Amino acid sequence: MNTNTKNTKGTKTVLGNTKTFLRAFRLIAFVLFVSFVFAFPSAQAPPHRIISLVPNVTEILFAIGAGPQVVAVSTYDIEPPEVRSLPTVGALIDPDTERIIALRPDLVITYGSQSDLQSQLTRASLPFFDYRHGGLAHIMVTMRAMGARTGHVERAEKVARGLEAAIDRVKGRVAGRPRPRTLLVFGREPGSLRNIYASAGRGFLHDMLVAAGGEDVLNDIDKESAQVSTEMILSRKPDVILELNAATRLNDADLKAVLDPWMTLSSVPAVRNRRVIVLNGPGLTVPGPRVIDGLEKMAKALHP
Amino acid sequence: MSIRRRIVTVVGAFTVFAIAVMIWAPTVGSTSISLARAFDRSIPWDDNVDAQIFFVARLPRVLAGGLVGATLAAAGVVLQALLRNPLATPFTLGVSAGASLGAMLAVTMRLEMSVLGITSIPLASFAGSLVATAIVYALASSQRRGLSTNVLLLAGVTLNSFFSALILFVQYLADFAEALRAIRWMMGGLDVASYFPIVAAMPFIIISFVGFAMMTRTLNLLSVGAEAAAARGVDIVRAQRLAFMTASLATGAAVSLGGPIGFIGIIVPHLVRLMVGSDHRIVLPASALFGAAFLVLCDLAARTLMSPLEIPVGVVTALIGGPFFLWLLVKRS
Repeated sequence: MNTNTKNTKGTKTVLGNTKTFLRAFRLIAFVLFVSFVFAFPSAQAPPHRIISLVPNVTEILFAIGAGPQVVAVSTYDIEPPEVRSLPTVGALIDPDTERIIALRPDLVITYGSQSDLQSQLTRASLPFFDYRHGGLAHIMVTMRAMGARTGHVERAEKVARGLEAAIDRVKGRVAGRPRPRTLLVFGREPGSLRNIYASAGRGFLHDMLVAAGGEDVLNDIDKESAQVSTEMILSRKPDVILELNAATRLNDADLKAVLDPWMTLSSVPAVRNRRVIVLNGPGLTVPGPRVIDGLEKMAKALHP
Repeated sequence: MSIRRRIVTVVGAFTVFAIAVMIWAPTVGSTSISLARAFDRSIPWDDNVDAQIFFVARLPRVLAGGLVGATLAAAGVVLQALLRNPLATPFTLGVSAGASLGAMLAVTMRLEMSVLGITSIPLASFAGSLVATAIVYALASSQRRGLSTNVLLLAGVTLNSFFSALILFVQYLADFAEALRAIRWMMGGLDVASYFPIVAAMPFIIISFVGFAMMTRTLNLLSVGAEAAAARGVDIVRAQRLAFMTASLATGAAVSLGGPIGFIGIIVPHLVRLMVGSDHRIVLPASALFGAAFLVLCDLAARTLMSPLEIPVGVVTALIGGPFFLWLLVKRS
């Protein structure tokens, strides 16, 4: 108000008005900046003490260059090798909240079902990222989200694009070929055909199978996995049975022991045509950067 | 009617019912098959889907259901008489908890051996049931005055909770997928897809049934009271020992074949007693036959009600058995 009265006196009115405007602008800009900082924490400096309780997100973090920011991981984390020397803080069902808080993280990657941990973190004012498994495309979504959250937007975008391109190459290679009706088995009682679990009509494994050029015989079951009876396998007649096996190495005798029980179902085309295929190795189906290896193997098995 | 004629008539009727169920059950399922094709020998086995569904998927399943159902129901009758407790089940004395712990360990330790076509989980669960039986027996006979049924009951119940705690502990240490597999095993399952496990369980179950058949009169006396039985010239200790051992052996074999399927051992004996009275010469064979039919029907419901998905058979028997058990409890008090 003071300036206004001054300005009415002389020739510097225009200049004075500009000054007032500038001052007001600065004030508004400051207010905006402060509110922006409080409203969008992502605008803060990227976290440098990340704890990841989700192994596949750990892999994603290392792939996008956020590895050095990770200070602790879950007890199940083994990839990439760098994580093996990091402290562990429990896992999905037994997170060690005390240790997590004691490590003073500025970002904790939790799984969606860890609601107790999440409310404890909220009480301790520790920010967390709520991850849940999704389909194949969700890997890239998570990658980009982690990139934005950890300050590696460009690298994350590059890695995500690269992975998308690699997946598209596999899809392109199998495009137009007949799609074998496939049962994707990921667990059963060893040495028998009891309690067989297979991937069903949605989710990550289902997406992988479709991308690798197969048709899921359990397409109609709107679940991520289902227990299948021998009757169901006999009646659905899959052309190929893909069986995931965590063993790093399978010699001929092991392989025979794994395949033998299937021979009982000799009317199933997959069994009759010797197309029960064991895909072995750890991490074949981890929803992270290594997914492409599993996908390549799967596509090769379905379309030799 | 003389007792002999009554036995023949009643047991005959239950036999007809059980056989009818066992013949009908494999003809229905989640898919429809042509029986004519299934039995057509001119079609090569490898091309005959109907025959494979009938003989590989359904028939072993029905036979396993019949065997497990008959065994659990008969063992329930024997233990209810031995312990003179209407709420006793084949699982009261720790056998199933021992079996479950065995199976749990086989799953988490990833045992993959097999003996004569029998895989690690059934083997380990049978071994677990034997260990549990031995412990309970040793505890109950430690007082050198024969077998104390009170100690038997208390030791069994305590061992049950102790083993359950061990199961939870092993489960907690296990990998996610392993824990899930073990939990699934505990829900019971009869989709054995092979005749091997059935044949392997047979000898133990046959031996037990021979024992059961020999002690029906004794069970009548035992269920009145040990003193009354002794007064009638029964060698109490020997009879109790035989009853406990055969019932435990049979239960162990049944659980290793189908998992710890609950409630059969309690619903069936009580239902049968409501129908035919309490003479063990009738109740025991009738319960075995009715148990066979009952479990086969429950499994039929399990594999068709939510098809193409299946309901674990132990869940079906528990859903029917739980309310029934409560009704029985209220009715008695």
